[in-house]
Amino acid sequence: MTNLIILPILIPLLTGAVLICLNKRIMAQRVIAVLSSIGTMIAAFFIIQKVHRDGIQSLNMGSWDAPFGITLVSDMFSALLVFTTSIIAFVCLIYSFKSIGEESEKYYYYPVFNFLIVGVNGAFTTGDLFNLFVFFEVMLMSSYVLLVLGGTKIQLRESIKYLLVNIISSALFVIAVAYLYSVVGTLNMAHISERISKISENGMPGILTVIAMMFLIVFGLKGAIFPLFFWMPGSYFAPPAPVLALFGALLTKVGVYSITRTYTLFFYHDIDFTFQILSILSVLSIVVGVIGALAYWDVKKIIIYNIIVAVGVILYGVSVLNPNSLTGAVYYLVHDMIIKAGLFLLVGILIIITGTSNLKQFSGLMRHYPGLAWTFFIAALALAGIPPLSGFVGKLLIVQGGFEGKSYISAGIVLLSSLLVLFSVMKIFINGFWGQDQTLHGEEKPPVKWLLISPVIMVAISAFYGVNSEVFLPYISQAADTLANPDHYIKAVLKE
Amino acid sequence: MRQPNNMILETALKLLLFFIVLFSIYIFTAGHYYPGGGFIGGLMTAGAIVLLLITYDIKTVQKILPVDYRIVTAIGLLFSIGTSAGALFFNVPFLTHVFTHVEVPVLGDLALHTATIFDLGVYFVVIGVTMTIILTIGEDE
Repeated sequence: MTNLIILPILIPLLTGAVLICLNKRIMAQRVIAVLSSIGTMIAAFFIIQKVHRDGIQSLNMGSWDAPFGITLVSDMFSALLVFTTSIIAFVCLIYSFKSIGEESEKYYYYPVFNFLIVGVNGAFTTGDLFNLFVFFEVMLMSSYVLLVLGGTKIQLRESIKYLLVNIISSALFVIAVAYLYSVVGTLNMAHISERISKISENGMPGILTVIAMMFLIVFGLKGAIFPLFFWMPGSYFAPPAPVLALFGALLTKVGVYSITRTYTLFFYHDIDFTFQILSILSVLSIVVGVIGALAYWDVKKIIIYNIIVAVGVILYGVSVLNPNSLTGAVYYLVHDMIIKAGLFLLVGILIIITGTSNLKQFSGLMRHYPGLAWTFFIAALALAGIPPLSGFVGKLLIVQGGFEGKSYISAGIVLLSSLLVLFSVMKIFINGFWGQDQTLHGEEKPPVKWLLISPVIMVAISAFYGVNSEVFLPYISQAADTLANPDHYIKAVLKE
Repeated sequence: MRQPNNMILETALKLLLFFIVLFSIYIFTAGHYYPGGGFIGGLMTAGAIVLLLITYDIKTVQKILPVDYRIVTAIGLLFSIGTSAGALFFNVPFLTHVFTHVEVPVLGDLALHTATIFDLGVYFVVIGVTMTIILTIGEDE
């Protein structure tokens, strides 16, 4: 079937449009949303198999040949991310049923949820730079609505900040695309890459380095790297748990994906400058993220700062640019999407039980909620990268790549950051779950059985992903292989 | 509230409304060969409805045109997605359009293109979104 790789975009889009008509019928909305989510997952799974078997898949929209029309390209990197996105969407969806509230469900929660998935899957799949911008906007507009839906004071305040930052970065994105278009005269990513390598036969001209920096600023704003992360701790503090899990797991990772894609596909000719800057910024992100994660006594803030650490680790892996570090970066990216979704969902349950996210105001949850406690414990170990779990292999490969690339200090910082990340999440576990039972005396325990299903699924996937890493590694290294050899991508798209 | 002495505006509206709607439909259908298309056509139709809103009040306009504009938006989306996804049934890439010549008794030879249905979707979405924005702000106390 020629149209296989568009299905993860088309199914949620169609569902979103249908659900607008059903906005008062909550049950119907839930059933349709779950069915379409499962459909997306199946389609994404088949795409991975297809790409694994037959190599990079490309689809020319409207039957127009490659550089002239819009091309969708599914290499292993994007196929893996699309599959991970569909799993996370499914899990957040079933978590929403019990937690988002009837009011939001009637006011277009599920349609907007689906449009967000359209944006994310589209951004991962597209092979056209301006189309990437459009999918960014689809994703961002849905995220604005999800952020503000409910209309509490903090949500309104934080959406204004989030909107302002993202409008500015989108304007910069358009400007950057305009510069690049005026230099190379094409928007198809493979074609851009080909033209850039023709221009930079004797070293990359200055203007292309400038454009590379502009793209770093644009995608860095979306993906929250070191000097550009300032909007994130506040904005991600506002929305309810399932929305937060979606944001934390998907939105910043789209920025990371775009940096990886543009830097490995377009701007690999002047490695000394561009990748050096990327490397410095990513290490600084790790440092700042760790400082934030250690500084706060707020459960949400701790996990939010851990996003910045993870973004730093992944981009450091990309910036080293050798096979090991790239494989590690791809592995760690998928791991981090899964585990961040799980952790945010767990934090949502914590807040439902205790009514606060301040770590100093509750303790001793272990006695009443052992299931929650042990799930959180495993998730915390996975986040820090303890061997049998999924964070280990990725970080190991990244550090190995770093040592091979002779950047010992940076790789050392990545190693050290694991320890501090572990400390920051263990702080939650020790202070919140151990100790005297001080919050729940005499009160009725809120039942959280249904809510616990979703994070347990995520943690189980994470454990499975870690234990069976040799099953996944062929796929991951296929993804890293495309990143390391842009020629394969160009050949698959332009069919020369 | 409906103004009691708005005769000039009401009379002018009865004449103007036809021309604005006709012009917007002309612009919509001419989009393939001349400047125009679904977006500007939809905006102009929405403009005509806004003129109705200025002359009468929201309740009267709801009585004249009993439509839920959110559903209009959804239907527009479904039109556009549907025409594009029709390609799936013929196993050609998404968004592939076809056209054919049809002999119509009065109008003669017409080149009908499925892109028009896509554009019709855009037209509905633009009307739906514009009117939803204006009505939501207008009804807000």
